Amino acid sequence: MKFKCRGLFGSKAFGEALVSKKPISFFGDVNEEGIIVSKDSDIFGRSIEKKVLIFPYSKGSTVGSYVILQLKKKGKAPLAIVNRESEIVVAAGAVLANIVLVDRVEENFFEVVKSGDEVLVNAAENYLEIWTTSRSSSKCI
Amino acid sequence: MYLSKDEEEMLERGDDVAKAMQILVTIGKMFEAERLIKIRSAHVSGISYDNIGDAGLEFLESLKAKFSVPTTINPAGFDLLRWKEMRIDDEFYNKQIRILKALKDLGANLTLTCTPYYVNRPNFGDHLAWAESSAVVYANSLIGARTNREAGITSIAAAITGRTAYFGLHIKENRAPTVKVKVSGNLALAGYILGKELKGNEIPYVIFEKKPLEFELKLFSASLATSSGIAMFHSPEITPEAEDFEVPREKIEVEGKGEKSCDADLIAIGCPHTSREELKTILELLNGEKVKKNFWIFTSRKIFEESKDLVEKLEKLGVKVFCDTCMVVSPATDKFNCLMVNSAKALHYIPLRRKCHVSFSSLEDCVRYAKSP
Repeated sequence: MKFKCRGLFGSKAFGEALVSKKPISFFGDVNEEGIIVSKDSDIFGRSIEKKVLIFPYSKGSTVGSYVILQLKKKGKAPLAIVNRESEIVVAAGAVLANIVLVDRVEENFFEVVKSGDEVLVNAAENYLEIWTTSRSSSKCI
Repeated sequence: MYLSKDEEEMLERGDDVAKAMQILVTIGKMFEAERLIKIRSAHVSGISYDNIGDAGLEFLESLKAKFSVPTTINPAGFDLLRWKEMRIDDEFYNKQIRILKALKDLGANLTLTCTPYYVNRPNFGDHLAWAESSAVVYANSLIGARTNREAGITSIAAAITGRTAYFGLHIKENRAPTVKVKVSGNLALAGYILGKELKGNEIPYVIFEKKPLEFELKLFSASLATSSGIAMFHSPEITPEAEDFEVPREKIEVEGKGEKSCDADLIAIGCPHTSREELKTILELLNGEKVKKNFWIFTSRKIFEESKDLVEKLEKLGVKVFCDTCMVVSPATDKFNCLMVNSAKALHYIPLRRKCHVSFSSLEDCVRYAKSP
């Protein structure tokens, strides 16, 4: 299934989706190992490492940009970030850490996508693809 | 987005200048900016080690670039000369100094103040990339300079490239007022309450019941920016662009009143940093009487140096005047149980950032309390 989106940074990434329905603050909600430590989160305890991290929007301290870069240096950052609406802190963090960033995805994407789905994010060509049925036969890109 | 030849070149360089440019271009895409705009100055937030921690420290130390426009910076975690008296521990001191060294190497002017407009006042119409929200409201509204609310990181990107994305308040037609507001009472509280009532993209046209003093407008700007994403206001005969637009008809009223009290063991004034006028006012209110409680004032090094006469008199009356830091970003205030403030911004942030309670009063009442046994 293919969805239009707005590519903001980077070219493309392919990986396993981790989906939160709640906003995320990189300063406070995520620890140094890339684990979601906010008890309010619906993905509490999950690792964002090398995931396609999907959440509506980010909130909280502007230190979040530096935290994203720190995660990247430790190899604990996500491969791509998908938002309903991105904001400055995550956008700057994504650029610093070379993380693919897209937002404004066609609305039904957020209803369809589930954690564990394999997702291709193509920021350069403004689309996303969910590979729901081909998990066993998926190939590297 | 349109980029000039110079800007294209910066984008392709493969170094930290290119990274900075990529940040601006990405933000530009997000806000559908058609181009970048050259800026006259940048002001960077996120300076105290207490705010940015090791993540921020490591980032700043890793940067290999130079600021290309005059760049001022926000307060640090302590007074650079009186840190021992503030009982700052060695580890915090060392990390804060590393942050300042990194910023110095980038070319920052180590102003360490949230009131850059007292240090290097912009001109009407100047485009800026400022990241301290209270200073953003002040510069847009009271000076007529143009800046969006930058984040610490985007103000750094702007300082390096000398540019920021051209959208929002950089464009004259986006600076029109959207709602008319009648304001009375304590202006620090009124700004805070007004911010809660309006949406972040509104620009209030404010009718003040009583003609406000400059420092009251500063407190109003700071509190408006604390409780909302608002970045400017207009006020007839006070702000320079108030007559440039049609006055909105929708009208609301806000009264600055409310109470929050605890048994204060420190009176802390200077959020935002005090002006010379405020120092003078405090001295007048003290009227030669010694304070009987801990009374700290926070200001910039520049105002401190220019007001040595006043500072000397204040210190003789038992007041401490600290520079380079404030009650919100310094761990020094953690040692107290309850802080009395006249700033709604401090009222909001102290319980979130510090280990103490907070009490709110007007400047007059703060001084009266300080003199009482």
